[in-house]
Amino acid sequence: MSSKTVQKLDRVVIRFAGDSGDGMQLTGDRFTSETAAMGNDLSTLPNFPAEIRAPQGTLPGVSSFQLHFADHDVLTPGDAPDVLVAMNPAALKANLADVPRGATIIVNTDEFSKRNLAKVGYAESPIDDGSLESFHVHPVPLTSITVDALAAFDGLTRKEKERAKNMFALGLLSWMYTRPTTGTEAFLTKKFGAHPEILEANLAALRAGWNYGETTEDFASSYEIAPAVMPPGTYRNITGNTALAHGLVAAAHQAKLPLVLGSYPITPASDILHALSALKRHDVTTIQAEDEIAGIGIALGASFGGAIGVTTTSGPGVALKSETIGLAVSLELPLIIVDVQRGGPSTGLPTKTEQADLLQAMYGRNGESPVPIVAPSTPADCFDAAFEAVRIATAYRTPVFILSDGYLANGSEPWAVPEVSELPDLQVEFASEPNGVDDKGEPVFHPFLRDPETLARPWAVPGTAGLEHRIGGIEKADVTGNISYDPDNHDKMTRLRAAKVAGIAGIPDVVVEDPSGEARLLVLGWGSTQGPIAAAVRAVRNAGHSVASAHLRHLNPFPANLGEVLRSYDRVVVPEMNLGQLSMLLRAEFLVDVRPHTSVRGLPFSTVDLADVILTHLEELA
Amino acid sequence: MTTIDHPTTSNGAAARPSGLAGIPLLAPDAPAQTKKEFTSDQEVRWCPGCGDYAILAAVQSFLPELGLKRENITFVSGIGCSSRFPYYLDTYGMHSIHGRAPAIATGLATSRPDQNVWVVTGDGDALSIGGNHLIHALRRNVNMTILLFNNEIYGLTKGQYSPTSRVGQVTKSSPLGSVDQPFNPVSLALGAEATFVARTMDSDRKHLTAILRAAAEHRGTSLVEIYQNCPIFNDGAFELIKDRTQQEARIVHLLDGEPVQVGPEDDRKTLVRMPGGRQEFVAADSLPEGAEVVVHDAGAEDPSQAFALSRLNTPEMTHVPMGIFRSVSRPTYDDGVRAQVRAAVDTAGGPATDDDLAALLRGRDTWTVG
Ligand SMILES: Cc1ncc(C[n+]2csc(CCOP(=O)(O)OP(=O)(O)O)c2C)c(N)n1
Ligand code: SF4
Ligand SMILES: [Mg+2]
Repeated sequence: MSSKTVQKLDRVVIRFAGDSGDGMQLTGDRFTSETAAMGNDLSTLPNFPAEIRAPQGTLPGVSSFQLHFADHDVLTPGDAPDVLVAMNPAALKANLADVPRGATIIVNTDEFSKRNLAKVGYAESPIDDGSLESFHVHPVPLTSITVDALAAFDGLTRKEKERAKNMFALGLLSWMYTRPTTGTEAFLTKKFGAHPEILEANLAALRAGWNYGETTEDFASSYEIAPAVMPPGTYRNITGNTALAHGLVAAAHQAKLPLVLGSYPITPASDILHALSALKRHDVTTIQAEDEIAGIGIALGASFGGAIGVTTTSGPGVALKSETIGLAVSLELPLIIVDVQRGGPSTGLPTKTEQADLLQAMYGRNGESPVPIVAPSTPADCFDAAFEAVRIATAYRTPVFILSDGYLANGSEPWAVPEVSELPDLQVEFASEPNGVDDKGEPVFHPFLRDPETLARPWAVPGTAGLEHRIGGIEKADVTGNISYDPDNHDKMTRLRAAKVAGIAGIPDVVVEDPSGEARLLVLGWGSTQGPIAAAVRAVRNAGHSVASAHLRHLNPFPANLGEVLRSYDRVVVPEMNLGQLSMLLRAEFLVDVRPHTSVRGLPFSTVDLADVILTHLEELA
Repeated sequence: MTTIDHPTTSNGAAARPSGLAGIPLLAPDAPAQTKKEFTSDQEVRWCPGCGDYAILAAVQSFLPELGLKRENITFVSGIGCSSRFPYYLDTYGMHSIHGRAPAIATGLATSRPDQNVWVVTGDGDALSIGGNHLIHALRRNVNMTILLFNNEIYGLTKGQYSPTSRVGQVTKSSPLGSVDQPFNPVSLALGAEATFVARTMDSDRKHLTAILRAAAEHRGTSLVEIYQNCPIFNDGAFELIKDRTQQEARIVHLLDGEPVQVGPEDDRKTLVRMPGGRQEFVAADSLPEGAEVVVHDAGAEDPSQAFALSRLNTPEMTHVPMGIFRSVSRPTYDDGVRAQVRAAVDTAGGPATDDDLAALLRGRDTWTVG
């Protein structure tokens, strides 16, 4: 038994940082799983370079993983780490500015050689020169202790032994925060089962890290964070990309239709392609296409054939798909376009997050080309957003955008797994018989005869006898679908397509949260900013102020009550990770002078900064 | 004119899977289909004299031969005069966007093995804007037939040079003659790992029909280049091989298992491979020393000879091979994709139930609250 003290904490933010080759993402993932198993609420933020292996030990090569966990509900991955694990000087330098005074820093001293220090411009080691005085620094020769701990493994090279140092770090942190390591042991056994010596070495390193914490005097106490109070249910931890893939599969299951994905790899969307490729058992077909245009073409061809066609990409891919999205608008076929947004324009910041594709999704096509847009707000919410997108696409025979982003895609949080029996039924009725008569009174099929309520046209799939028909991107005559260049018909069809999307039913009213009931300021967000906004609003309220908040999941069409809500506040602030795209839409649609608050740093909003912004607005209103 | 009777290869060993396998057939006692049934009620809007009319008539007349239900046939096209084709057939059809038909057809053919899928495209549609999709469809070998209407011009946009226009061709966008090196569509397809490549002509109904038959029967992507006259913007592009007085001397009919020959009976020339590899047509009775007579083998695994035949074609049209250059059996992409899905479903004990979905959603690492 350890003689050390155990302190109770209510929340902790830990950041693991190292070289891209140091395995920080894996370390973070494992610590997250251990934490989820403890019943804490949590939120994660991986942050990695676009290059697979940037030059070793350099600032561009730093990869990090931040985890915020607590005994209460967690809204964001946290602004500032309470603990920074820095595996080399670059990791320290790249992250130090985010670490508040008084926080704990664990550094791997083995990597603080003259050469490594010089690589990042340290003249002297910051461990020795007093510059880290205001932090709790634990200098740990992580690499050499790991190698020593693995002395008995004759079959491994020194390099291979060094590689286990991330498990040592994980073991140490697991001890510090009393996380069980059984899950990680099972994980390692699965991963390295075929290489017993490497498996044993990793397990040994993990144990050595734990024991190091328990025995060295440098670490005086460990910490406990009680489980969070969460609604009853079965939980798992899930990333946005996984949740999105699962949402699509669940929706297809509920629609009783096969899912066909046409996709071309691109960060940060590729993991959806990977996830769906492994779900063939659920009647999922994935086709890795020659380019983005083919990816969406394949999806559209499958939709024509009666499947749920899906294409997944990021902003640059959407640019290539635009013409086919327009075709889908014109053909009026269901189609799901997933845009996992990243920093732009052009290649931009492939691994960083941004919300700057909203206007591209809304307007990035030729002609009047309305497309519904659904935006998930948290990693787990990607499941519901995907499900909702499929509902709209199949019921209204329309392409639908899902606007996720890099922050949601790679971030994770606990998810209360829904009961399948409680998922809505999405069953679709294909057209099965002629729906009109020709001049001679013979029964015929009119592919553009709309349902009077939804304005959706019939979905008649090849193979249905008697409904043979041709559709295309040329304007079609109302009802018959024949080619038509008639001016009035085009005007009518354009308005019908717009009315169909504008009239999508089942979009819930936007709900305003205003606990005091006296707020004059509304903070309105969309997509992945929900967590940071909610955290900032909570902080402002805790400081005794009144502020209202609301969040949009549907960007097109907007909830029916949105205009009324906007007009009932003296001021509306719209934080978004772009230069004011939602603000522009709101101003245009509702003539309300909303105030954008924008940031495009490739990172989610900091709670503290947002709270300051809100306070400033409140002062101006006072 | 000679036509190709059958697509089977000279080594013609094992029966090859049919391109029509898996597609429901008409009931044996159903009344025979007619051309009229495959003709839609839409007014055909090509220019008078356009070669597209002849191709349409040939296809409409041929389709009943397949013995398929009309609802199990889908035509997908891109954009161009030729791509209007699906509107005139009473089958399922999609007139899509410029160059993308092979991709769209790939999605349909992969998800719907019960559909007989055709792509109609032009030289601009297939080889310029859609070049990438074409080569990848061929390489994947998706079960579908691509009809490439080659009029060596952009028809719909009123006469600009295309990727098959000849060097020096004067068009609206090349008033001083095109300096653009053209593609040979057959060579391109062979280079893209195509398993079935043929060439035919709008005006030769019999040959065209025979090629359609072989192409539809082929399991995999069949590429059929159809020389098509555009009387408005590129009239007479193929006149040298349409003109009755000249065609015999120029058209090289590729007949599987037979020597490659050209010319009228009294002046027939045979293709030989000279030592060193050069090809040459020589009089049948005067084989040079060491020359080897080229016997056409469409089923040869190695596409080199087929490629060499495709190179006989020059802008001067001295010798124009027509017929099936290559027809080999290779597993198709769509069959492979479906087999993986089916195997996964079967191994798991059948289609996913609610419980299976629930297990997926839970994942491997859950915990329970309350
Ligand atoms: C994206 C796009 N770019 C350009 C066009 C204009 N366009 C339509 S058809 C065509 C060329 C068609 O030539 P081809 O494929 O040879 O068909 P043809 O008309 O000769 O049958 C062009 C350039 C278009 N419709 N879409
Ligand atoms: S322009 Fe040429 S290819 Fe087009 S319809 Fe007229 S004749 Fe035919
Ligand atoms: Mg053309």
